[in-house]
Amino acid sequence: MDRYLHTVDSDWYRHRVSGAVIFVLVAFSILLVRLYYLQIIEGDEFRRQSQENCFRLQSITPARGFIFDRNGVLLVENRPSFNVSIISGDAKDPKKVLHKLTELLNIVPETLFARLVEAKGVPSFKPILLMRDVSRDAVAIIEAHRLDLPGIVITVEPTRHYIEDNRASHLLGYLSEISRGELKSGSFPDNKMGDFIGKFGVEKALEPYFHGRRGKQHVEVNAFGLVTRILKTEEAIPGKNIYLTLDIKLQRKVEALLSGKVGTAIAMDPSNGHILAMASSPAYDPNAFAEGMTYELWNNLASDQFHPMENKAIQGQYPPGSTYKIVTAIAGLEEGVITEHTRLFCPGHYRYGNRTFRCWRRGGHGSMNIIDALAQSCDVFFYQVGEKLGVDRLARYANACGLGSPTGIDLDKEANGLVPTSVWKLNRMGIPWQGGETLSVAIGQGFNLVTPVQMLSLISAVANGGIRYKPSVVGRVESPDGSLVEKQLPVALGRFSASTKTLQLIMRGLVDAVNKTTGTGWIVRIPGVNVAGKTGTAQVVALEEDDKGKPLESQPRHLRDHAWFIAFAPAEEPKIAVAVLIEHGGHGSKAAGPVAREMIRTYLRD
Amino acid sequence: MIDRRLLQHFDWILLALAMVIGGIGILTLYSAVSANAEVAELRRLVYIKQSYWLAVGTGVMILSVLFNYRWLNRLASPIYILSIGLLVIVLFAGKEVSGSQRWLVLGPISFQPSELVKISLVIILARYFSRHATERGFSLKELWKPLIWTLIPFVLIVVQPDLGTGLIVLLIAATVTIFVKIERRSLMFLTASGIAGSVVAWFFLKGYQKQRILAFLDPEGDPLGAGYHIIQSKIAVGSGLFFGKGFLKGTQNALSFLPEQHTDFIFSVLAEEWGFFGSSVVVLLYLLVVIWGLSIAIRSKEPFGTILSVGLISMIFWQAFINVAMVLALLPVVGVPLPLISYGGSSVLTTMIATGILLNISMRRFLFKE
Repeated sequence: MDRYLHTVDSDWYRHRVSGAVIFVLVAFSILLVRLYYLQIIEGDEFRRQSQENCFRLQSITPARGFIFDRNGVLLVENRPSFNVSIISGDAKDPKKVLHKLTELLNIVPETLFARLVEAKGVPSFKPILLMRDVSRDAVAIIEAHRLDLPGIVITVEPTRHYIEDNRASHLLGYLSEISRGELKSGSFPDNKMGDFIGKFGVEKALEPYFHGRRGKQHVEVNAFGLVTRILKTEEAIPGKNIYLTLDIKLQRKVEALLSGKVGTAIAMDPSNGHILAMASSPAYDPNAFAEGMTYELWNNLASDQFHPMENKAIQGQYPPGSTYKIVTAIAGLEEGVITEHTRLFCPGHYRYGNRTFRCWRRGGHGSMNIIDALAQSCDVFFYQVGEKLGVDRLARYANACGLGSPTGIDLDKEANGLVPTSVWKLNRMGIPWQGGETLSVAIGQGFNLVTPVQMLSLISAVANGGIRYKPSVVGRVESPDGSLVEKQLPVALGRFSASTKTLQLIMRGLVDAVNKTTGTGWIVRIPGVNVAGKTGTAQVVALEEDDKGKPLESQPRHLRDHAWFIAFAPAEEPKIAVAVLIEHGGHGSKAAGPVAREMIRTYLRD
Repeated sequence: MIDRRLLQHFDWILLALAMVIGGIGILTLYSAVSANAEVAELRRLVYIKQSYWLAVGTGVMILSVLFNYRWLNRLASPIYILSIGLLVIVLFAGKEVSGSQRWLVLGPISFQPSELVKISLVIILARYFSRHATERGFSLKELWKPLIWTLIPFVLIVVQPDLGTGLIVLLIAATVTIFVKIERRSLMFLTASGIAGSVVAWFFLKGYQKQRILAFLDPEGDPLGAGYHIIQSKIAVGSGLFFGKGFLKGTQNALSFLPEQHTDFIFSVLAEEWGFFGSSVVVLLYLLVVIWGLSIAIRSKEPFGTILSVGLISMIFWQAFINVAMVLALLPVVGVPLPLISYGGSSVLTTMIATGILLNISMRRFLFKE
């Protein structure tokens, strides 16, 4: 170290540091002088500019993404609507201004005052929404009385518009105002009070895609709160457009077929799980939500005995009836309790213990193999298969077929369904499983519950050789400029635990069910197309003996059976699978069969 | 490892200054985000995260005090190479935030290597200059090594692109070099080539960077575009008057007029709410830190410690000066944080490391008494 101290010593460094100190003092003096200039000399002018509060930040709501069907037909768009807000800071006396406003528009003041009270704590320079989607006449009146209504501002905001009103409303969903809880949850960082967000269906499931990003606009306003100059705009980024897997032409047909009935009909492409149609009847009009739902209208919807707000395709849980025989058949064949050559005799009833279980055909079917039993839906045949299997073995196959758990469709509120087991019953009811109950379960009565989408997924898997695809309603997501953001690829959830041979036998039974005069689904046949299907008639309650055999119309509605039909076509190369459920429709083939047939016919014709 | 003499000579004043400035920073951040954030979560996040960074920074500072700073003289090259390596990695594997690739992400921690390189460059320059300093000053021939050491990180940072940090690196190196004296002829040559370089560089600047410089020269010319930030910042600062509008009462900030009010423009929030009085106090606090740092440089009895102190303190000085001057519309808008007040973990950590090394030099100054 000594060597260097010869060249420069600490005095030399001291001298250099003094230079630096002077430099630093000069630099910081400049800052202090500048602060003095801005805050003391020019301060009053800047204070005036800031106090007049003439600069404001306005938020720009991003346009919500559109929804199209699989072929690009526009289903949901946005239309401009006029909203009336008040900026309490500009109004000086907000209550007086509100009185004036209600007087001019001839409306009751209570709701507007309630809005004001609700918005307590909102800074005085932020607008509080009073009325949404007002008429052009109201806008004209407000504009004409501008000077009497300080602080009242009219903004044009996009409002959701469902072009075909209640078409596919359960699938599309609806929007509603964001709640305080949702705002606080942190899941909606780009939303503010008064925003509409998806609350149901696709609108909810894809909310992050639809939303885009809020923009900002810095503006200068005059004493009335009117914008005099736009200083800076950060454009909002519009949301993404969604292309559904839905075929709107088929959807229209399905809804027409369901009109006047209570139930659901859904269709799927069995090769990839794409939902082609999903109708639930009765439906609601999502436009009513977008325009601001009234309390009365909501009450009507919520208390309707036919539950129009429920998507029966995924939320409805029903006994599967004879459609469940497909599961029993798979289990029986795979477990070896029957083979393709097994023949069982049906005299019209089956004796188990001291109980008699009836076949739906009083006179009996005679000697049946598995193909005939499926085609003619022989109860006695499947009682015996069920008895040999036992409830727990049967349940394993039911679970492997996707029953008892949600299919994972992109929509929320999907129900689980129920696959009963002996353990389940003991836990739930404290009573051990009774052997006779297995017989009921084997033909889809008893405790079993399924959702229509589960049955659609099941029949699709039978059609495609045993692969269960996740049902999907979203085909692809595009940005507003048309570039692809995301494309949904088929997701295989699992495979049936069934051999090709088993599935072929089942397929033959389902083809015969529709194409043989003895089949239960004869009504569904389409000349020239090989349709495969299965009826189901799900008992709601065991009918009183004297109600039985009465014409359907004379039975009390809530006691009538649910009607099922699940099918796919063409059997050789399946392009469409359908599941139809008509609540209290009576016999499966008569009530649900024609709906299924027309769906298949419509889709295959195009 | 630490004997009693070291604790006796611990520089409590510098530590206190850093803590006071950090505390002011948290209060100002709280105010900056509370009026603006619509979601309560965000409000908590920013100042809590900053407190967390200050705590971590204090830990790192204590670590920087424990070892004898002269180890840095020996480890200068490895430290430098490591930090340059990180800068190269960030170019290829860094996280991009709003169009600029500055961040290195390691699990939950993200860090800007460009901050670290400021310190490693000062260390390697201090080693070189302390060995070769003479009263006649450095000639161009002796300066080619420091020049290359400076230009490598400068180029790597500017291509990220982060012009602000790049310029700070250049300024720190220039300050240290001028401090150890350059021959007059060489100084004139370097100045001339620096000017020529910036003229050429103008053509390589991004559109928004050119706009900012033009807007600084004539803010009223484009009040809706780039000049907007400058005007808004001036209104915020000016409207503070002598005592300010009071804590949490700033209206310009509340309306989110201020651009990036919790990072680069944090001083305007402070000036609006605490007025000339509060802003002067903060400016004087920084002045005290710088003067105190320079006194450490003098009191260190060996050249490496002196030059190292000058380099580190120049880093704090230039960032504080440029940031405040930018907010007061004395300089164009460049992204330079206000040390210990602007929100940002990397900046806080770097400043705390620098403070730690200064404390280290300060308390070991008596160990070299001739």
